[in-house]
Amino acid sequence: MIAQLIFLLFTIAAVVLFTINVRKIIRNINLGRPLNRSDRKAERLMVMLKVAFGQTKMTKKPVAAILHFFVYVGFIIINLEVLEIIIDGLFGTHRIFAAPLGGIYSFLIGSFEILAALVLVGVIAFYARRNFIRLKRFTGVEMTSWPKSDANYILIIETLLMAAFLIMNAADYRLQQLGSLHYIEAGAFPISGLIAPYLPSSESALIMIERSCWWFHILGILAFLNYLPYSKHFHILLAFPNTYYSNLEPKGEFSNMASVSNEVKAMLDPSYTPEPIAEGGKFGAKDINDLSWKSLMEAYTCTECGRCTSACPANMTGKLLSPRKIMMDTRDRMEEVGKNIDKHGKDFKDDKSLLGNYISQEEIWACTTCNACTEACPVNIDPLSIIMELRRFSVMEESQAPASLNAMLGNVENNGAPWKYSPADRLNWAETK
Amino acid sequence: MAELVAKGEEPEILFWVGCAGSFDERAQKITRDICKILQHVGIKFAVLGTEESCTGDPAKRAGNEFLFQMQAMTNIQILDGYNISKIVTGCPHCFNTIKNEYPGLGGNYEVIHHSQLIQQLIDEGKLKAEGGESFKGKKITFHDPCYLGRGNNVYEAPRAALEILDAELVEMKRCKSNGLCCGAGGAQMFKEPEKGIKDINIERIDEVLDLNPNIVAAGCPFCMTMLSDGIKNYNKEDEVKVLDIAEITVRANGL
Repeated sequence: MIAQLIFLLFTIAAVVLFTINVRKIIRNINLGRPLNRSDRKAERLMVMLKVAFGQTKMTKKPVAAILHFFVYVGFIIINLEVLEIIIDGLFGTHRIFAAPLGGIYSFLIGSFEILAALVLVGVIAFYARRNFIRLKRFTGVEMTSWPKSDANYILIIETLLMAAFLIMNAADYRLQQLGSLHYIEAGAFPISGLIAPYLPSSESALIMIERSCWWFHILGILAFLNYLPYSKHFHILLAFPNTYYSNLEPKGEFSNMASVSNEVKAMLDPSYTPEPIAEGGKFGAKDINDLSWKSLMEAYTCTECGRCTSACPANMTGKLLSPRKIMMDTRDRMEEVGKNIDKHGKDFKDDKSLLGNYISQEEIWACTTCNACTEACPVNIDPLSIIMELRRFSVMEESQAPASLNAMLGNVENNGAPWKYSPADRLNWAETK
Repeated sequence: MAELVAKGEEPEILFWVGCAGSFDERAQKITRDICKILQHVGIKFAVLGTEESCTGDPAKRAGNEFLFQMQAMTNIQILDGYNISKIVTGCPHCFNTIKNEYPGLGGNYEVIHHSQLIQQLIDEGKLKAEGGESFKGKKITFHDPCYLGRGNNVYEAPRAALEILDAELVEMKRCKSNGLCCGAGGAQMFKEPEKGIKDINIERIDEVLDLNPNIVAAGCPFCMTMLSDGIKNYNKEDEVKVLDIAEITVRANGL
């Protein structure tokens, strides 16, 4: 009874804390500018099913795709087992699904065990890739100590959780064989059956092991749930809405700014009456609240895998620009702004901004807008749109383009071509042969 | 275009030449070759000539949305004034901008890139690879322009123009949706690169040279410049030619 009460308290605390933190993240995402992505629902659903559920974009790197698939499927399916654990915990039952499911139960438990083993394989390989093989993709200026530790913490926690799950089953299996009270014969144990012979043989020791692992596993899951909002691992939740709200237009198409259209139309046609628009007061983005909510959601979705950066032509030729850094900076700045709001109220302004304090001019001007980053992202994150908004602010609000670009812009304005040629010479190609 | 209107005629298609195609010496040649193809198959076309102006692409990518929209709206007025409905461009940047970004500003046209035109003509049987230079035994690789490939998912059209040649087509590891940029996009063409360890076009040319091709095919005047500069950097101009899809088509047909 006391155990049930403790379990209930932990569960409630975990859910409450998680809700509070998720609401803060939602509030932060809503600091962004409006953007309508509520159209084409069926198409959006398909994109989500393909890209997030189906993991189709992961396959560009097949080894990572297979390892990630183990962990992903394991995570989704083993959640069924977590449901049973929670019910058992709350009602003091043991393996409550065993009786109603009968033979299917054994099949399920057996499958979970195989999945857990595959998760272990994936997670250990991932750890090795980061720490021993040291893939280049997991390095870079933005991969400072926290992002590196974050990745390792996730992998270590997952290893421990899976190990606890398997050892728990192993002890349970032994207890079932001993005919111990409460430990009804249920389940199939293809993996833990291999561990079982190494466990002590006394019933009390086995119960100790089974119970400790049970508690460690479920409290670990509740703790891990609450680690998510602080971690890059939040992608396991946001990957789904993030792909649902993907940009469905061709990648080459950049948004036309409605606020600019109004002014340009008024310039070309004095009788034009501007339509009212909801956009904020400035052109482009200086800080996170000038970006769209979608860009902000993307920053929380990013799991820092670095596929964008490794595909970026600027980055691979040694330039400062890294699309992954753009996303991580956006999240870090959003967290900072969020903390300021928590401490000082919603109108508080510090003297910092995303452009300047986090992302430099040198970074944004190195981009070739080639869309390699957006193509590479397995969850359809678009670092390019952030870079473009920062460029727009630099040019239209601060006149801060590189000098040679200003010369190009001047040429387009004065003679309708990016070079200094007279419009009268435009047809000369037809004469010279 | 103005002359055609004066005669009371209408073109089947407007050829949007673009700034590079109008002014860049190397691209001018490609412009003339696109005209040759149009004339060869008997398509009645027009160009805007001195009435054409920059689409605004480099201004938009450089962050100057005002200038882009000024250019766009002025161009739309001219195009609509001539009642244009179909456009072929010689440049993926013009193609992308007119096709995707003009509709939101009131300019709605059917826009194709010249590689798509060539593909259509091949499919219709109007264009073959005969009567001209033989590409037999030549090794050719195609460099995907970002704004044609990833930007608009046009991967097959330029390859169709190469497939009808009797040549050996080879793909670079970074091709199609994984294609590597030449380094010119996003207004980079008009500025010096930021500090780094290598230029992007050299990174690309290294990959080209690994294949040891006779020809690297391009579909964009900016890629043309970047790739040619990369080849020059290694003094390989005699071994590896950079040719536009249109130039290859013209040569293969002896136009």
